[in-house]
Amino acid sequence: MVVPHISPVLGDVGKVQIAHVCQRRADVGHPHKKEERKMNYPSELKYTKDDEWLKVEGDTGVVGITDFAQNALGDIVFVELPKVGTEVTAGKAFGTVESVKAVSELFAPTTGTVTAVNEELANAPEKVNQDPYGAWMIRIKLKDKAEAGKLMSSADYEKYASERG
Amino acid sequence: MGAKMVDFGGWDMPVEYPATGGVLAEHMAVRTGVGIFDVSHMGDISFTGPQALDAVQHISMNDASRLVPGQAHYSAMLYPEGTFVDDIIVHKVADDYYYFVINAGTREKDAGWVEQNVGGFRCKAENVSDDYTQIAIQGPKGQALLQKLTDVDLSQIKNYWFTFGTVCGLKDRMIARTGYTGEDGFEIYIPADPAISARVWHEVLQAGKEFGAIPCGLGARNTLRLEAKMALYGHEISEKINVFEASLDRWCKLEKLEFIGKPALEKIKAQGVTRTLVGLEMIERGIARDGYAIVDDAGSQIGYVTSGSVAPFLKKNIALAYVPPAKSEIGSVLNVEIRGQKVKAKVVPTPFYKRPKK
Repeated sequence: MVVPHISPVLGDVGKVQIAHVCQRRADVGHPHKKEERKMNYPSELKYTKDDEWLKVEGDTGVVGITDFAQNALGDIVFVELPKVGTEVTAGKAFGTVESVKAVSELFAPTTGTVTAVNEELANAPEKVNQDPYGAWMIRIKLKDKAEAGKLMSSADYEKYASERG
Repeated sequence: MGAKMVDFGGWDMPVEYPATGGVLAEHMAVRTGVGIFDVSHMGDISFTGPQALDAVQHISMNDASRLVPGQAHYSAMLYPEGTFVDDIIVHKVADDYYYFVINAGTREKDAGWVEQNVGGFRCKAENVSDDYTQIAIQGPKGQALLQKLTDVDLSQIKNYWFTFGTVCGLKDRMIARTGYTGEDGFEIYIPADPAISARVWHEVLQAGKEFGAIPCGLGARNTLRLEAKMALYGHEISEKINVFEASLDRWCKLEKLEFIGKPALEKIKAQGVTRTLVGLEMIERGIARDGYAIVDDAGSQIGYVTSGSVAPFLKKNIALAYVPPAKSEIGSVLNVEIRGQKVKAKVVPTPFYKRPKK
């Protein structure tokens, strides 16, 4: 999944640079300010640069999106997933997740065949925000288990995510 | 500051405030309680002088001669082709003083357009955008909130009227019963001084605590205005879209003696339009997004989506789209092309949401 830089719903309104006001905005905070919530990246999972996680269970991989991803997207309102039996390829799109403000593709962490789809997300997409690691999206029969080894560890992903803040 | 910022027309703007709500919660706060928006990106142009009304009449499509001091109306500035320079709110402050509120992304263009077109009038047009910060207090509890901070009796201000009074200790501030959410609410205009802006913003939020007020960003502003079918420049209106296509002719007074765009619009009115703006509700699963094609059953494009989203209050997926008039009847079923698939939607009456009458 790719977190878009600018929300498509708010795009193309033209460009006007008014530097001093942008500066001013930094002061106009709000009193409900909280400490930034610490992101959670379980150590037993593997991670992609596109912000999906993979959990390997024998010859099956379970796939979802990370805490960083759900937080960046904001309120998730729509999840579109492939049918059971679909072949997915590492790095290629397998579905779509939409928040109020953005549409993002989901990319497969590994190659394989979809064996199960989390149907619950069709009617309760908000579960991805509430519990990104419980709200799995697809289960894949892995073609090559060694492929998972190429993905990032929790520590590496945490560093990668924090760099994009 | 607990807000997710995006670049909006060159402004660093909060799209949402995740720590206190997020887009959906912010939207619901405005529909059911009250939400606070920092909308200081909006621009302002003042018209002063003996021929201020003449200048406004020339450049704005609505009829400002019908306004009395303290009254405002929706309008637009048009190109000679009858297409949009921008949509605006015209405030009549006094017989020789009118005040436009304009969009952020278009303000330099708007100011240029005004300068170019009102030169012949004994009227001084000034871009005063950088002088004011605008804060919008929107929702059914907006009046109760703002009443705590002002000496003005807000119950006496009707929808689209305004007055001047003390707000948060600041004298002679403009207080307007206007907004961009489809909900009751107020917009206050305060000096664009960083310390003052920040103080007022905090005081408004503090006063709103008992009403459950939360800060709201551009994301909720967009979904709220969409439910209420209010146009967004660059989407429903632009330099390529005319007043009749956008169905904004209600605010365009062709009976006025003269204004920029009038001759072209008289022709368009006589000839009819080739596309018209409709409201869509998705029948099948999917969200129509800005720019998606409307296609016929054979897959040929017949129109396009200008704005589309989940409608958080209505709990439906809605969109606005330009389609040929023949396809615009209420109940017509159309296909929205979403990632290569035809997804069915039907034409529904607009606005999608209308606030309950008091």
